[in-house]
Amino acid sequence: MCAAPALLIDGTAHIGADRLFGPLRLEIAGGRITCLLGPSGVGKTTLLRLAAGLDEVTRFEGSIAACDGLPLAGRIALMAQGADLLPWRDVLGNVALGARLRGQPPDLPRARAILDRMGLGPHARKRPQTLSGGQRQRVALARTLMEDRPIVLLDEPFSALDAGTRAQMQDLAAAHLAGRTVLMVTHDPGEAARMGHVIHILSETGLETVAPPPAAVPRAVDDPETLAVQGRLLARLRDLGTGA
Amino acid sequence: MNRVLILAASTALALGLWQALVVLASLPPFILPGPARVAETLWGSRALIAEHGLITAVEVLIGLALGAVLGGASAIGLAASPVARRLIRPMMVFSQAIPVFALAPILTLWLGYGLASKIAMALLIIYFPVTSAFFDALMRTPQPLLDLGRVMGANPARLMWHIRVPAALPGFATGLRLAAVYAPIGAIIGEWVGASKGLGYLMLLANGRAKTDLMFAALIVLAVFTLLLHRAVDAGCRRWLDNQAA
Repeated sequence: MCAAPALLIDGTAHIGADRLFGPLRLEIAGGRITCLLGPSGVGKTTLLRLAAGLDEVTRFEGSIAACDGLPLAGRIALMAQGADLLPWRDVLGNVALGARLRGQPPDLPRARAILDRMGLGPHARKRPQTLSGGQRQRVALARTLMEDRPIVLLDEPFSALDAGTRAQMQDLAAAHLAGRTVLMVTHDPGEAARMGHVIHILSETGLETVAPPPAAVPRAVDDPETLAVQGRLLARLRDLGTGA
Repeated sequence: MNRVLILAASTALALGLWQALVVLASLPPFILPGPARVAETLWGSRALIAEHGLITAVEVLIGLALGAVLGGASAIGLAASPVARRLIRPMMVFSQAIPVFALAPILTLWLGYGLASKIAMALLIIYFPVTSAFFDALMRTPQPLLDLGRVMGANPARLMWHIRVPAALPGFATGLRLAAVYAPIGAIIGEWVGASKGLGYLMLLANGRAKTDLMFAALIVLAVFTLLLHRAVDAGCRRWLDNQAA
């Protein structure tokens, strides 16, 4: 049994009679960050939702399993695009939401400790509406960490943030998600180049793997090799976008 | 301040037009009394109007409370159970095709001349808007919140209680605001059909005796009551939504 299990997604996805993607075989390395890039509409988010057990529309033939053979339910945390905080709960209540939804008493001291680590301690009793976009995203990250799951699925979590805040969030997320199995769907080649231990591009023709920069994650925003990989990823995405 | 001035000006204008119509057309008071005469009657018959007004207010408030509870519970029940939706929704829509007014006599037959038939009438008239507004909101919980709840392992009941219901409260509030305006209509219809008390009864009585001024006085009291009720429900809903417990 591995602490942060690898995931294997192997199969073909259809919506109605139309093939969405596959057959493909995506290995998500245990304890590492796997970034998934690709043109819009290619099925990146669907793949993530399938892994989370949320997709009810797509017909997936194949298997989605952890390396230890145990079921995935209850071992996954999800952080989606937009912070999706509950406006009627304060920051602390949002971070402790998971326990309430499972009918357990929330561990408030731990929630406060996580908020402190995110620099949100003074905002614990505020409503999400009163926070900035970056702060809200930190609350969402705190909520994800509060769940303390070995597998974390990130669906373009920082796409709505400005460039500077996004870079900060990437550092924060990389630091706090270290050691977990992370699948991160992103549109941003720069994000993939900074965050990915493993980088894949999903396109209509299938899955391509791109060698990540050698530096440790999170890589510096101005690291030349990271920027070179970012450039290669962007060029490849442009070619895929024009159907090359 | 500005709003108060505008309200005062528009009220004065309405009263002026009303008085001018009465004077210029030299209408006899039993056809259309002027505002001054109605005001005089309102003051002179204040005890009578208050007595009947209180009865109507009690009917409306009980009807409103019952409508909120039953409508709210029905909406949650429908949203929670697809089977209930399939079985009960057609019935609810069909019931709306029946003019509620037509049911008033039978309600009086079943429930008597007292408060019960009027409360039932108010309840009938507000039940559908409350249920429908809340139900629609319950069925439109933002997908990301539902996803989050499911990944966090919420069972359907907790998902309902912690996410769907709070997210739908603005819809419930919309239903309650509508109900605040409709409930008095229900109570008045009930009183018209068969009652010995209430503003509806008083209006009918005044009309039959050509006491048009009393009729108008009662009507104004009813309108003011309805406006105040709507304002109160609106303010209550706002505060409630702002303070949804953390």
